[in-house]
Amino acid sequence: MEKLSADVLVIGGGATGAGVAWDAALRGLDVVLVERGDLATGTSGRFHGLLHSGGRYAVKDPSAAHECARENGVVRHVAADCVEDTGGLFVATPFDDPAYADRFAEGCRKTGVPCEEIEPARALREEPRLNPGISRAFRVPDGSIEVWKLVWALARGAQDRGARVLPYHEVVAVHRGGDQVHGARVRNTRTGQELDVEAAVTVSASGAWAGQIAAMAGIEGVHVKPGRGIMIAMSHRLVNTVINRCQLPTDGDIIVPIETVCVIGTTDVGTDDPDDHTIIQAEVDAMLEDGERLVPGFKQARALRVWTGVRPLFEDRKENGATDTRDVTRAHALLDHRERDGVTGFFTITGGKLTTYRLMAEETVDAVCLQLGDARPCTTSAEPLAGSENGEYHRVGDRLGRREQRLLDDQLICECELIPRKRIEETIRWRGTTDLDDLRRLLRLGMGPCQGGFCIYRVAGILHGLDGIDTPDANAGLIDYVRERWKGVWPVLYGDQLRQARLDEWIYQGVLDVEHLQ
Amino acid sequence: MIDDLFHERLRSSLDHCVKCTICETACPVANVTPLFPGPKYAGPQAERFRAHGQPADESSVDYCSGCGLCTMSCPQGVKIAELNAHARYAVKQRKGVPLRDRLIARPTVLGRLGTPVAPIANAMLKARPARVLAERVLGIHRDAPVPRFAGRRFRTWARRRQAPGVGTKIVYFHGCGTEYYEPDVGEKVVAVLEHNGYSVEIPEQDCCGLPLQSNGLFEDARKYVQRLARALAPHARDGTLIVGNATSCTLMLKREAREILGLEDDPDLALVSRQTYDICELLLELHDRGQLRTDFEPVEEVVAYHAPCQQQGHWIGKPALELLALVPGLDVRELDARCCGIAGTYGFKREKYQIAMDAGAELFNQVEASGARVVACDSETCRWQIEHGTRRPSVHPIELLHQAYRL
Ligand SMILES: Cc1cc2nc3c(=O)[nH]c(=O)nc-3n(C[C@H](O)[C@H](O)[C@H](O)COP(=O)(O)OP(=O)(O)OC[C@H]3O[C@@H](n4cnc5c(N)ncnc54)[C@H](O)[C@@H]3O)c2cc1C
Ligand code: SF4
Ligand code: SF4
Repeated sequence: MEKLSADVLVIGGGATGAGVAWDAALRGLDVVLVERGDLATGTSGRFHGLLHSGGRYAVKDPSAAHECARENGVVRHVAADCVEDTGGLFVATPFDDPAYADRFAEGCRKTGVPCEEIEPARALREEPRLNPGISRAFRVPDGSIEVWKLVWALARGAQDRGARVLPYHEVVAVHRGGDQVHGARVRNTRTGQELDVEAAVTVSASGAWAGQIAAMAGIEGVHVKPGRGIMIAMSHRLVNTVINRCQLPTDGDIIVPIETVCVIGTTDVGTDDPDDHTIIQAEVDAMLEDGERLVPGFKQARALRVWTGVRPLFEDRKENGATDTRDVTRAHALLDHRERDGVTGFFTITGGKLTTYRLMAEETVDAVCLQLGDARPCTTSAEPLAGSENGEYHRVGDRLGRREQRLLDDQLICECELIPRKRIEETIRWRGTTDLDDLRRLLRLGMGPCQGGFCIYRVAGILHGLDGIDTPDANAGLIDYVRERWKGVWPVLYGDQLRQARLDEWIYQGVLDVEHLQ
Repeated sequence: MIDDLFHERLRSSLDHCVKCTICETACPVANVTPLFPGPKYAGPQAERFRAHGQPADESSVDYCSGCGLCTMSCPQGVKIAELNAHARYAVKQRKGVPLRDRLIARPTVLGRLGTPVAPIANAMLKARPARVLAERVLGIHRDAPVPRFAGRRFRTWARRRQAPGVGTKIVYFHGCGTEYYEPDVGEKVVAVLEHNGYSVEIPEQDCCGLPLQSNGLFEDARKYVQRLARALAPHARDGTLIVGNATSCTLMLKREAREILGLEDDPDLALVSRQTYDICELLLELHDRGQLRTDFEPVEEVVAYHAPCQQQGHWIGKPALELLALVPGLDVRELDARCCGIAGTYGFKREKYQIAMDAGAELFNQVEASGARVVACDSETCRWQIEHGTRRPSVHPIELLHQAYRL
């Protein structure tokens, strides 16, 4: 059996795991990162897209608010290229408790969340589609964050410093000898091959799955209660600022403009299984009603797709009797299992938010270094990620600008998201993948209004033409992709999206008869 | 400024796009040049990358001529040409509007300057060295079919005219083309209307602002069209109809000023918009009611008819065809080419002249193949382009009716 050895094995390739890998690699540690799927396909790839200002937690969870406020500034600096500086508004709609606004402003002041009250008329000028009935408006530094870009920038940065990053590698056993964890056995989910990773320290950054990994190490009582939430992406940006309802956090109270879409979310329903992606139609309908409260006409606008994510809410029943998952603190939990369970070489980092990934990584690697007896300082708050060196934020128009430069010399493949042929070919090469979903995450391939209904055949054609990729693989990639996309589309099949789906289906079944491809 | 909510409403039409590509096949520009990626790209697709207050670094949308055929052809109701017009406005806001565009967008100014010195001005417009200079300095293509000044103004004639003063009152909106370049067409319109029992009033009026709008000068365009609406509204208030022969200018009043410039709330414009008719539309309605005089004498002529894009934007079919069919002897050949290419002032521009000529080639070839000696067309700039591209005379359908009435 193949063996790898490293100083640190990181389990989980979400924002936290990738953040830990980057942090540790920057400190000169030798890192192996394993992720059972592609990077950021757990909660990180299914989140809402919001770089929190902290405003959301200003009243309910001051310590989380404070953490977000601090990290917001740091992430804007080190990952500028992944962040869009949309700004955020908290608006009191006619459906909100008017008394909350003052508590909100006070909460922001206390927790260090920058917040400025503005005239509702001004908010409406900036966001013309907003409910004209708003009575108060506060401006906060919310932003939106492109997670796949972030996680890959972290992972590639770590790779450049020697880390080995292994997507599609699932931990099947944690190696424990006595009171010591010394690595894990992982299985390549594509080939079925297994390998052992030997490590001085193992960090489980497996989010909602942390309980499962801990159990593999024979550690009981790590309860991560998954809180499932749905989000709906709309076909174009109805707002260009993050819009929050000014009230205690509840369902469907935030719209995040991110890339070419805007996303409304979310809900929070307790579940037992972190892989539970059930979409309940009543939740979808309620969410669209919520949208209508913030943006009149929301229900007439075109919805693209729905998805769910599970929050990793670390819960210690002994200390906190809360049962509604929204009441559990959103602050993160770092468990040093030597202190907690007498097991050395093993840490769990879970909970928190995407916004605080860096802080979570810093605390984790600090503890790792401490245990290794080699205190090295963290530098992630000063070291910009590749692509973010000039500190310029990402802008939604960037792609259009780039496309305009290349009109004459590069074919357009994904028309909705403006992805040219060369970009796709390059990405297939460096990722060495025929999985169109991998390409989707890296490029936003097929994430626009037609949901791949047109471009995906062109990409399959490109795959067919590339050396070393055989026909069945290329065809399988195509069929898998289309089926996967379909899952998120059916709950919003009405109006424009239904019309699109009909046309896509005719192409799929009628014109091309893809189902019978060999 | 574009009213934001108005723009958002327009923008929301992009949701209807199912990517069918029908608009792309309709676009006369995208079919002849790779510099313009087409209506689907420029409209519903690029629009998703445009954010309020964050202009994207784009310029290809400036190659959209604004002909409007895409919007007309889209089966889903995406306001493509209108979105493009807004995007062009944003591009011009960012990059500035060249002097040339400011100039050619103001037919009134040009007309007032040129008319008194028409012989000299026309000689200049003909003289090669002067045109080469104008191309270098201003960017107006040396071969562009710029019109000749008539040397007199339609209004001077109108003021001196003895109106019969009997019959149904109607207001004539003649537009700038008639005023400075083709006053004789205006005289024929008046004669045909009077022949059909109308008492024609010709109130003081000015440019409708369409060239300003298509050159991205929205603020000025709004001023012009609102001023025009104010001048015409008092007449329209008692139910009097307004009729015009400049089909793109009547479309501006009917639809474009409201749908592109966002003047939905201007009450004068709303009123004028409701009462405005294209001349052929009016006459055909008259005919449908059995009230059009049909005392046409034969006109032995083979005529090709091209319905300009803006005429098609009225959603009234092709009334000129039905009217011309009433004239004995007239052999009318309907052409179905998309566009003559000129699109107002588009084909005058140095960088767009060849595109406009290429876009018009389909039409020019059809004219050639039709065997017609004359081309009828409802819009003046299109007629100039057709004359330029086919070396045949081009007339407004009303001129043929006038001839047949022997007025
Ligand atoms: C609906 C919703 C909306 C949210 N919105 C926001 C927001 O707008 N802003 C914000 O800041 N935060 C938001 N969050 C929170 C945020 O998404 C999460 O806190 C964050 O993504 C967690 O990242 P992570 O890396 O810790 O976990 P994950 O991204 O879940 O990573 C854990 C990884 O471990 C992998 N894994 C599991 N088991 C194994 C195994 N056996 N072997 C190998 N790998 C394994 C999983 O595949 C997964 O990729 C939201 C959460 C939810 C649920
Ligand atoms: S015709 Fe309409 S629906 Fe079809 S691609 Fe063009 S804009 Fe989209
Ligand atoms: S308005 Fe005319 S030139 Fe412009 S995109 Fe539409 S069809 Fe093409």
